[in-house]
This record gives sequence, structure tokens and C-alpha cells, in this order.
Amino acid sequence: MLKNIIEVKNLSKSFDISSKEPGLKGTIKHFFKRKTKSLKVIKDISFEIKEGEIVGFLGANGAGKTTILKMLCGLIYPSEGSIFVSGNLPFRRKENFLKNITLIMGQKQQLIWDLPPIESFYLNASIYDLDKFEAKKRIKKLSEMLEIEDELFIPVRKLSLGQRMKSELLAALIHEPKILFLDEPTLGLDINAQRNLRKFLEKYNKETNATICLTSHYMKDITSLCKRVICVHNGSISYDGKLNLLLKKLSPVKEILIVCKSEKDANQLENSGFNVKNKSKNEITIKVENHSITSSLKTILNNFDIEDLFINEPPIDEIIGKILIKKDHNV
Amino acid sequence: MSNLTNQKIFTLLKVQYSNMLEYRVEIALWAISGIIPFFMLNIWTNNNLNESINISDVMLSRYFLCAFFVRQFSVVWVVFSFEEDSLMGKVSPYLIQPLNPFLRYFAQHVAEQITRFPFALIIAFIFFILNPETIWIPNLSILFLSIISTFLSFLIQFLIQSIVACLCFWTEKASSIERLLFIPTLFLSGLLAPIVSFPESVKSWIYFTPFPYLIDFPANLLSGNHTNITGGLSMQILWIVLLFPIFKKIWSAGTKKYTAMGS
Repeated sequence: MLKNIIEVKNLSKSFDISSKEPGLKGTIKHFFKRKTKSLKVIKDISFEIKEGEIVGFLGANGAGKTTILKMLCGLIYPSEGSIFVSGNLPFRRKENFLKNITLIMGQKQQLIWDLPPIESFYLNASIYDLDKFEAKKRIKKLSEMLEIEDELFIPVRKLSLGQRMKSELLAALIHEPKILFLDEPTLGLDINAQRNLRKFLEKYNKETNATICLTSHYMKDITSLCKRVICVHNGSISYDGKLNLLLKKLSPVKEILIVCKSEKDANQLENSGFNVKNKSKNEITIKVENHSITSSLKTILNNFDIEDLFINEPPIDEIIGKILIKKDHNV
Repeated sequence: MSNLTNQKIFTLLKVQYSNMLEYRVEIALWAISGIIPFFMLNIWTNNNLNESINISDVMLSRYFLCAFFVRQFSVVWVVFSFEEDSLMGKVSPYLIQPLNPFLRYFAQHVAEQITRFPFALIIAFIFFILNPETIWIPNLSILFLSIISTFLSFLIQFLIQSIVACLCFWTEKASSIERLLFIPTLFLSGLLAPIVSFPESVKSWIYFTPFPYLIDFPANLLSGNHTNITGGLSMQILWIVLLFPIFKKIWSAGTKKYTAMGS
């Protein structure tokens, strides 16, 4: 059985936020007496992540996903509760813990802007105590995987966003971390660059059995990489489980577009008891519950003269959109 | 030190030096912008102010030239870099690396000093052409002690600014506190006037502060003016020993307050 690499129990985080009324009066009041209030952004959450898992954190802006990642990697201090990441308390930032993790934040770069990325790679390699030979080997391997061999010697400022992001990834992975925290890693990338990055992460996970915690607003990142998702709503976990179960629960019906050979067949089909969404001439769209798709298709194919048919998955973005605004997703 | 630690320091310096070379024009301009001591020298000599403190024109010229040199190799801007990185969220990736981010800034400063060195030499060369009577060759041991003293001055300033920079964890504009510190640094360090010219009442307490050890002491040492070498070096070391634990404490407390804003 796989062991837990991340264990979070009753974790909470509060921030002191100062508020200011608008206008000159508000500004003067704010200057002399600041009103601050404690805002609980993470509320008593608990979860565990197993070694090698890829887990997606879903939630609307401000739901608390990034704050969770920041606490998991030790960047910020939790207010209450406990976190263990590969047996360490992250906020202590012990060297052996830091050598096992990495955090990538979309568009936040650690590469030295005026130098070619190779300089930053060697710098990171020495920070993580890699000797030159090992560093060279890893740079070669990762640059091949990321397809950026030609960009290694071009100043970072001259690289495109996609090339920079790949270079960021290489810099963040040169020490071969066991746990990756990725906060919007595909932010701002074009579709091809996004796909390549996803392919790379999938490959990295398979080759190294690394655990990946990922937040993204691009649903394709989540659906193609994560089997498990944790939905965060107002700082609480509203769902923690398999993505496909959640999708089934939130979208229990599929739509089938049937193209009949004649309008007469379409009329017959319309009156045969199916839940019809719409009909025009010889085309008819029906809604069928997920569990009865096979039997419904059998009935249609046996009893009607069909020219073609299409099963439409509900748009994933629409379903995920529901997740972002719903409080509970108990399956 | 292990080979790996040596390699870490060497790579850090090498990369930062390559980076600084990208800014060589800016660094040349910064070097030129540090010529305050020469203006002060002009004011002092034109008004014969040196007579009141029994320093010859030549020795005063050497003092201000040395003050220029010490300033060139002890100037610190870590508070501004850290504040910007902190506000832009750039500190976050550094914080989760097994290297204190201040070591990066430290390497940046050392690399900048190496880049600045030839420009400072050119300015000194021009100074000697204009004032040939001031040319002197300090003996090797004094030169060695002056280099150490200048480095200790840099360490004191780096620690003071790093402590102030850590206040970024509580207030976003820690550099405004540094600006407050700039006033005593300017007036009490010996940049505008040698401390020996100060009234006795000021001199009696000024040596208990770190300021005279930033410029006045190393500049006097290098220029060959009378100075208490053991006392000066001891005070520099004492200030480093006092400031370092304060920095460690404030860094540890600050990182607990860190909210990773901007990222």
C-alpha cells in the first residue's frame, strides 16, 4: 500500500487585513487609526495525499487553493492545525525537506532575467549541492524532455513566455524533487505550450513517481493530469475524491444527437418516451441518464432507422464552473 | 569547507558577476556618483578648514580619496532589492531553496564591487593626475588591514540594512526606515568630514556607535592618518558580533509573518 506523503489535519490560516473607507475622510481616519480584522482564509481542513498521486485543487479565485499550497511547501506559517510533508513540518524549512520539494508559480520567475537560463540552472544545481557532472546530465535530460535545448544559451529576457515557463520548470526540477507544488503552471501559455507542459508533467510523474499538487484555472490541466481533486470553497474542502465521480454526480445525464434516415423516423422517436431536448427535421437530441446509456442506445438502434448518432459529453468547463460556486459535492 | 560548499559560493559569485557585467555602464555611473568625498575635499581645502584640525592638505586629500574608496566597496542597497523582491513575490521561490536569500544579495554586492573596482581605479588615477602631491604607496600590512577593515565596514552596513530589510515582513516600505538611517550614516561616518574634526562633546559618544567604523576608521587607516588600529578593528568585529544574532532573530520571526503577497 502506498504511504501518505502529505498529511494535513485541522489546518487553518488567518490573515490580518486592514480596511479603509473611501474618500479623504477615510484616508485621514486610516492614517491615524487603522482598522484591522482577522480573516480566516483556510478553515479547519484535513486531507492526505499518497506518494506518486497527482491531485488538483479546484476553487474560485480567493477560495484558498494557493494559500494551501504555500502552507504545504513551508512558505507561510499555519495559524492552527498540523501539516506533515514527507515527515517534515514544512514551515521549519529544513534543508532535507527543501531538497525534496519545489514550488512553481505561474509567471513568478526565479531565473536571472539578463542571463541565459543555463546560468540559473547551474546556480540552482550548486544550491542543491549537485556536482557539475550531475548538473550537466540533468540539464541535458530535462532540456530534452522539455524541448528547450536550443534556448539554453539565450538571455531569459529574449525568450517567449512558453520557453521561459519551460526554463522555470527546469530550474525548479533540477534537484529532482519528490513533491511538486504547481500553482497555475500553464498561466498565459498558448494551447500547444500548455499541452506540452502537461505531457511533460505526466512523464515526470511516471518516471520519478513524484507527487504533484496542482492548481489551475485551465480545466484541461486538471482533467488530463489529475485523477483526484480537492475542491476548496471559502477556505473549506467541499469535495475530496475522484474527478470522474464528481463529474458524474454533477452531470448525471448525457445528450445524444440522433440523425434519423427520415423525418418520419424522427417523429416516431420523439413519441417513444425519451426525454427530448430538441428536434428539427430528421435530427433529434435526447437526454439520457448515464446509467441507462447502453440500454437506450440498444432500443434506438433496434427500433429505428438511424443514419448517425453522437454522444455529447457535457462541457467540462460548465461542470467545473458549478463546482466553483457550489458549497457541497458529497458523492 | 567542503568542496560542494566552495562550489556553491564560487558559482553564486560567478553567476552574480556575469549578471553585474550586464550592467557595467550603470555600475560605472554609480561609481562616478560616489564622488561626494571629492566635493567635501574641495570645500575643506578652499576654506582652509583643515588648519583647525591640524591635518595637512595632502593628508586631507588622501583621507577623502580613501573615504571615496571605502565607500565604493562598502555601499549596500540590500534593503531596496529585498523590498522590491518581497513586494513582487520574488522572495517566495528563494525562501524554499536551501540557501538563505540574503546570501544571494550578499553575492550580488560582492560581484558588484568586483565590477566596480576598475572604475574606482580610473577615478583614483584621474585624482592623482590632478593632485600629484597626494600620491603615496601604503605599506603592505596597512593595505591588507585596510582591505579587511573595508570588508568589515561592508559587513556592518550589510547587516544593518538586512535587519531593516527584514522589517518588510511587517511593513511594506522598510526602505523609508533605511532613509532615516542614511542621515546619521552620512554625517557621522566620516564621509563629509573626518570624525577628528567633530567637537569633543560629539566625539565622546560617536565612537560608541557603528558609524565612525563605516568610513572614518578604514579611510584613516588606509591614508596613513593616526588611528587606533586594534581598537577600530575590535569595534568593527564587535558590531558584527552584535548585529548578526539580531539579524538571525528578526529573520526567523519575520519569515513566520511572511504572507507571500504578490505571489
